[in-house]
Amino acid sequence: MNLIKYTFLITSFLFFLIKNSFACEIKARVSVVGNEFPAIQTVGAGAKKCKGAEVKTNLTADHQKINVAGMSSEPAEYTSAIVANTSIVALLNNDLIRPLDDLVKKHGSKLKKNQLITINDKVMAVAFMANAQHLVYRKDILEKLNISVPKTYEEMLSAAKKIRTSGLAKNPIGGAYKAGWNLAQEFNNMFIGYGGKHFKGNTPEPNVKSDAGKKALNMMKSLSEYMNPDFLTHDSNATNAEFRAGNVILMNMWGSRAATLTDADGVSDAVKKGMDIAGPMTVGGGDIPASTLFWDGWTVAKKISDAEAEATFIAMMNAIDPSIIKDDKVRKQAVWLLDGYTPTDAARGVFAAAKMNTTPYPMLPYAGLMHSAIGAEIADFMQGKENAKKTLSDIEDAYRAAAKEKGFL
Amino acid sequence: MKHKTFFWFILPTFLAMLIFIFLPIISVVLQSIHTPHENVLITVENCDPFGCKKVTSIDHEATKKLNQSDPLGKFVGLDIYFDRGHLAIEKFKLIWNNSENIFSFIKSLSNLPFYKAVFFTLTFTFTVTPTMLLLGLLIALGVNSISKKLRGIVIFFSLLPMIVTPLIGSIILFWMIDSRGIIGNLIQWLFDDPNLSLKASTTLTWIMLIVYGVWHAIPFSFIVFYAGLQTVPKDQLESAKIDGANKFEEVIYIIIPHLMPLITFVTLMQLMDNFRVFEPIVGFSAEAHATSLSWIIFNDLGGETRQLSAAATSSILTIIGVIILLSPVLLRTWKDFKFKK
Amino acid sequence: MKKTTSDRFSILIYSFIIIWVFLASFPFLWTFWGSFKVELDFFSISDWYNAVTGKNTFDTYNSQFTGAGYEGAWVQEEFWRSFVNSAIVCFFVVLTSLTIGTLGAYALSRSNYKYTFWLLITALIFRAMPPITLVAGYLPPFFEWNIWGILPTTIIVLVSINQPFTLWMLHSFFQNIPKELDESAKVDGCSQFQAFRHVIIPVMWPGVVTTGLFSFLLAYNDFAVTAMLLSDENRTMIPKIAAFLGTTYTEGNVMFAVAAVVSATVPLFILVMFFQKKIVSGLTQGAVKG
Repeated sequence: MNLIKYTFLITSFLFFLIKNSFACEIKARVSVVGNEFPAIQTVGAGAKKCKGAEVKTNLTADHQKINVAGMSSEPAEYTSAIVANTSIVALLNNDLIRPLDDLVKKHGSKLKKNQLITINDKVMAVAFMANAQHLVYRKDILEKLNISVPKTYEEMLSAAKKIRTSGLAKNPIGGAYKAGWNLAQEFNNMFIGYGGKHFKGNTPEPNVKSDAGKKALNMMKSLSEYMNPDFLTHDSNATNAEFRAGNVILMNMWGSRAATLTDADGVSDAVKKGMDIAGPMTVGGGDIPASTLFWDGWTVAKKISDAEAEATFIAMMNAIDPSIIKDDKVRKQAVWLLDGYTPTDAARGVFAAAKMNTTPYPMLPYAGLMHSAIGAEIADFMQGKENAKKTLSDIEDAYRAAAKEKGFL
Repeated sequence: MKHKTFFWFILPTFLAMLIFIFLPIISVVLQSIHTPHENVLITVENCDPFGCKKVTSIDHEATKKLNQSDPLGKFVGLDIYFDRGHLAIEKFKLIWNNSENIFSFIKSLSNLPFYKAVFFTLTFTFTVTPTMLLLGLLIALGVNSISKKLRGIVIFFSLLPMIVTPLIGSIILFWMIDSRGIIGNLIQWLFDDPNLSLKASTTLTWIMLIVYGVWHAIPFSFIVFYAGLQTVPKDQLESAKIDGANKFEEVIYIIIPHLMPLITFVTLMQLMDNFRVFEPIVGFSAEAHATSLSWIIFNDLGGETRQLSAAATSSILTIIGVIILLSPVLLRTWKDFKFKK
Repeated sequence: MKKTTSDRFSILIYSFIIIWVFLASFPFLWTFWGSFKVELDFFSISDWYNAVTGKNTFDTYNSQFTGAGYEGAWVQEEFWRSFVNSAIVCFFVVLTSLTIGTLGAYALSRSNYKYTFWLLITALIFRAMPPITLVAGYLPPFFEWNIWGILPTTIIVLVSINQPFTLWMLHSFFQNIPKELDESAKVDGCSQFQAFRHVIIPVMWPGVVTTGLFSFLLAYNDFAVTAMLLSDENRTMIPKIAAFLGTTYTEGNVMFAVAAVVSATVPLFILVMFFQKKIVSGLTQGAVKG
């Protein structure tokens, strides 16, 4: 009895020692701003474990609206911003984040090379998770109707037609087609899938008024005919809800949501068991999937002291220490880019996307303006109010006005 | 009141407004006539987890030099006001020349974001404001004539639409009006059309937003008018009755004139609030069918690349719009004021 | 004959009021009922009737009602912190608004110079400025001075943004208080401020309460300012509720939000019940104008 007790004491003491020796020590303040989804909450909590100085986090869905202002002051309120390849652009445009090469050399031994986001040969951010949209479908229904898993959007359309005629679902296709950011993202996917280039060469001149643009719009319109008539109000939350209710059979959905898609209370067994995922689809006979790759990573502010930058780097390294993915719950939260991560079942889609050479979302200074312009103009086409040609030239006009105002054209 | 005493009384509130509203307005005006300097672009190689690629980026050193010489940015005068995102002067002229009749003119014009927003905003303002005034008055009259015991609870329930935060109120209503929600089902049943969807049609979306706007605003006019009704002099009503006036005449000739100052107050506030309509559009995800000036500002500020000058310009246009909208009421107030003196 | 028409008339009035009360309260009652259900019932895609019967709630919890939303919001997500923050913000906003608002509005109503009119008009135009633009403009200086994220900053901003409304409302109240009141107080040897403090304010009390209630509602329901100016440990209830809703990449917990909304309404219920008489009598004061 005593022996057990002592062993227990000694082991826990040893554990305590090990834990302490690995605990991170920082000497200056750390303050992190970022989005608030669970994977980022995990990272934020990891940074907070550091001792020796204050670590603050501000994780909010409005992070994009405050990170520029919060990193522009002298000294910056935030020493680190957690961003994605879409949102890093605003920080780069305003020159608010610092190159990390020295810090990577000093403290970044645990980083894999593909985690380093380099711009002009300087490391500007450290990525820790990846994301992409890919196919999510109901295996049971497809098997019942003897339909193979669609690899292209054309196959998706014919599958949808079969499902509708079979009467198993009235509106079998789902998609986050809500007017604005979501709809523009779907257009980007499709446009890239058709081999479109948003800009002329390496200039900020718009280039969506093309054959690929027209085809992309028409494909989206054809898909929307198999969607719930309210599709222009459906974001990914609403689309997932339709899937959970068994109304949607095929959808293009974010990888980050696949793991917990059917976890909600009250989802029927048919949906739970029938759900399966596959890689992103191609379109129009192209080889590049009609999808875009995203990463999430952290940056370090420019307008802070070197000591604060170093502390921030150490704390953030601790936050994304490969050991965090040993926890099953954490591993399910995202497709981690950390050393030793083996994809869970739910991460297959994103991995397939990466393997199929899906285009990453471009880190161009003016990509956000294009995205807004597309989101604002495309709804008219989807409602049948104007033709594809008119919509595409509207997009270019809207983009031009915005790009002129921001000093790109 | 002496100037000096007046000054000390007004100072705190004046300072608060000066610092937090007036100064920002000045900076917004400045921002609306300047744009950021032209960015010096260079081609660089970027690498991310998915590979390396040559892309365009901003040359910060070169751009910074430009910024230092003139930190406000490049002066562009009214260029942004006239660009496609706002007044779109060039397109406006083009459409004006090419349109055969007024309908095709309006149709082409509403393809431009600013005019699209203005059309909805004005429709919303001029339907919601009178309806909520009228219904608020009717409810106030009704509540005023029911049993005193019931009034308390009725007032309490009447305030609910204003109390529940629009953020959630609209999400719940949005669900109720879904084609599978309770109200959506009811409407399908009423019109005997199982495919009817409020969210898929522009006209129905507008009607839905207007109904919500009225519903949300009624408590404000109701409570103000109800209070006003308490002060209608009893003797006037009595003498009207003796003269043989019916209820309707009573309302027209005695009650409404008495409530006039309150009606002005409510109209002023409502015209302004409705012109700045924003929350229902976001709450009902109605962006595809209806936008407003405030929504445009929100959209410009919310994108991945924030368009500060565009948002500033839309804000100034909103203020100008409000001034034009309120000018008849203001003129009246000015006459009252002179009369008072 | 006369009696029957008036009977018919009152039936008409009663049914009109009943319809209105139903329309006004139905969404809230529906929400209240639904807050004890699981998400799949409340936002039921298969059949809206599930929200009434709680079919899926029964399947999951073996009862038609569940407090899971409330437990999640209050215990798991510590909604009470936001509750406390909201209480602090509302209390100080109402207090400050009324203090500086009554002073200003009193002065405006007691001075007949032209500039009072222009000040009122300017205040009105100030109110036309969309709050989101104002808030975006505040961010850089607030970060620069290191006052972003804390409650006092938000309180001052809310007070200032709502000052035009407060001024207009109070002004209309003050106009109806006879000037003879302060004149006679001044004859008795009071200064203007003493007359204001000891003679006018006691008479104005109902008007102040009503305006206070409107300031309270504005602060309580605010999203634009609080969402952008408060750090997450200082969040008030409304931005906290918004945070329950989720984003593009992740699932929110809508039932937490619904439960939180219902709970957030409770203090307002109590407040409105408590001040009901005051609101009406308060406005009555303001109304005696014509």
